[in-house]
Amino acid sequence: MPGRALVIAAPYLWLALFFLVPFFVVLKISLSTAVVAIPPYEPLIGTADDGSWQLNLHPENYSYLFSDLQYVLAYLGSVRNAAVTALVCLLIGYPMAYCIARASPQWRPALLMLVVMPFWTSFLIRVYAWIGILKQNGLLNNFLIWLGIIHEPLAIMNTQTSVYIGMIYAYLPFMILPLYSTLEKMDISLLEAASDLGARPIRAFLTITLPLSLPGIIAGSLLVFIPAVGEFIIPTLLGGPDTLMIGTVLWNEFFQNRDWPVASTVAVALIVLLVVPMMLLQRAQAEGPEKS
Amino acid sequence: MAPSVRETQPWRDPGAQPFIRIDRVTKRFGDQTAVNGVSLDIYRGELFSLLGGSGCGKTTLLRMLAGFVTPDAGAISIDGADILKLPAYDRPVNMMFQSYALFPHMSVENNVAFGLRRDGVEAAEIKKRVGAVLDLVQMGEFARRKPAQLSGGQRQRVALARAIVKRPKVLLLDEPLSALDRKLREATQFELINIQEQVGITFVMVTHDQEEAMTMSTRIAVMNRGRIVQVGTPSEIYEQPESRFVADFIGSVNLFEGTLKQVSGDEGVVASAEAGGDLVAGNCPGRQPGEAVCVAIRPERVQLAKRGAAGDVPNRLAGRIKDIAYLGDSCVYHVTLDTGKTVTVTMPSRGRWADQPFAREEPVDLGWPPGSSRVVAA
Repeated sequence: MPGRALVIAAPYLWLALFFLVPFFVVLKISLSTAVVAIPPYEPLIGTADDGSWQLNLHPENYSYLFSDLQYVLAYLGSVRNAAVTALVCLLIGYPMAYCIARASPQWRPALLMLVVMPFWTSFLIRVYAWIGILKQNGLLNNFLIWLGIIHEPLAIMNTQTSVYIGMIYAYLPFMILPLYSTLEKMDISLLEAASDLGARPIRAFLTITLPLSLPGIIAGSLLVFIPAVGEFIIPTLLGGPDTLMIGTVLWNEFFQNRDWPVASTVAVALIVLLVVPMMLLQRAQAEGPEKS
Repeated sequence: MAPSVRETQPWRDPGAQPFIRIDRVTKRFGDQTAVNGVSLDIYRGELFSLLGGSGCGKTTLLRMLAGFVTPDAGAISIDGADILKLPAYDRPVNMMFQSYALFPHMSVENNVAFGLRRDGVEAAEIKKRVGAVLDLVQMGEFARRKPAQLSGGQRQRVALARAIVKRPKVLLLDEPLSALDRKLREATQFELINIQEQVGITFVMVTHDQEEAMTMSTRIAVMNRGRIVQVGTPSEIYEQPESRFVADFIGSVNLFEGTLKQVSGDEGVVASAEAGGDLVAGNCPGRQPGEAVCVAIRPERVQLAKRGAAGDVPNRLAGRIKDIAYLGDSCVYHVTLDTGKTVTVTMPSRGRWADQPFAREEPVDLGWPPGSSRVVAA
């Protein structure tokens, strides 16, 4: 059936055009070396002095990543930041998603709207707003001093804490929405059955609700974790000198050092380090329910 | 083995102690009264059915026994203990849900073991009891399957096993067979009765299917608009309906509206415009002349004959055959009386379809002995 094939082909075409082709462009640049030219890297296929074709491959960019500790530390810092962000988002987002899913049906759209509403304002403006809140003479410090809880302003801005606050704030909706959709679909009679069989509410939550919402937990965590690893706007604006994240490193290589090959190498390494384990995890998840 | 309650009939004994006592229970949802002052005594070992159409309050009553709904007024006790103080997870009842509500992420044996684990039963004991109850419902070989890998009938068995494994004092069944197809449902009805008699648990079942209630129950409570309209054994409900609603709800019935003219002993004479004259009906206890009543007569009790061939039948009415439906084992005739009223008559099929004695538009006489009919409240 050609119609069917066309429908299936459309998303693949999209992915090939906007994901696979750019990836290969980046991969190609990462195997090149920087030169002062436009574009600022050596072409993949060049001509040697004697006029013959030659292939210019420089895989040493990849070993360079390991020779400089900065890159390894930045990778680890990013993974840690993203993991903490995903975990805190889960801890905050689960009760929120649970309450929305259990709210009366006429309230649910309004509550969901509140979760999505921040997206109506530009992401950059919202991050700048956090500067206004967290800075030395900002809203939070002035408020706490006015309350008399503290006498000296807290140094939150440009620290690891301010980066966490910004990232958790920015990514929380991505955790809530998938959690909500799994919790909302759950059959309430399962909880009644658990209660009927002698399970107290907490026990029923741990044995029924939590395991059945696991797909939502995994989906939400991935949706937060993956973009959070590559995040560079929040650490740039809210972070301090000690905030070392791979997104920032990549940005600096590209725009300040104008070293496109190294920047591309950092990007490819990021994909290999993240996407491959994610794909394995997703495959395990897809096979899980049928096997066990 | 103790004699079944089907023989001992404790509800006939005024001194017998009821096992479940529901006392003037009321539940409102907003401005709707789902259950309205219901009182009911159910005895140990019964298979008791709450029968009624959708929205009659039967499910709300069952959920109050389970603990998912709290009554606004009234009391419920089981085996002498007030259960309304207890949360659902502490009540000595278990429920078989209409959707079965099997835990999709657990195997059959873990579903069945769930309740025993909550009670802190020892692992070895759990294994033994889960194995025994799965054998009882013939699901032993499916113990490691997930609910999604079972057929509808198998899921129903697992749900039953999960609900009886804790040996509750009362098992509540919410439309237990409604998800099964007709053949399987009929076979399962008898199996459920057998299992109930083997385990000796008191069953309270909600159903909208009158055949199911008739086949399985020791007694039936017919409900309408939040009230119980009649309680009785299946044959009492069928043979001695007290109201037009019950007569109409259980099986099919012909109803003649009229006024009670006179009562002598058990017999009453009803003037009915629909019948075009007076009808003599037996079974007219405790009614006063002048009351608006209905005469109820079951289609299979009406005698049908060719015009002039009926002889001296009481309650003779003249009519014409309008429709004939051949059901295989029986024939249904719709007879239009001279007054315009249509009467349904069923007769067992004798011989082949071609030999059936009546034709459409044929003039006929019908009638019935007074004892076959009954006077019910209009």
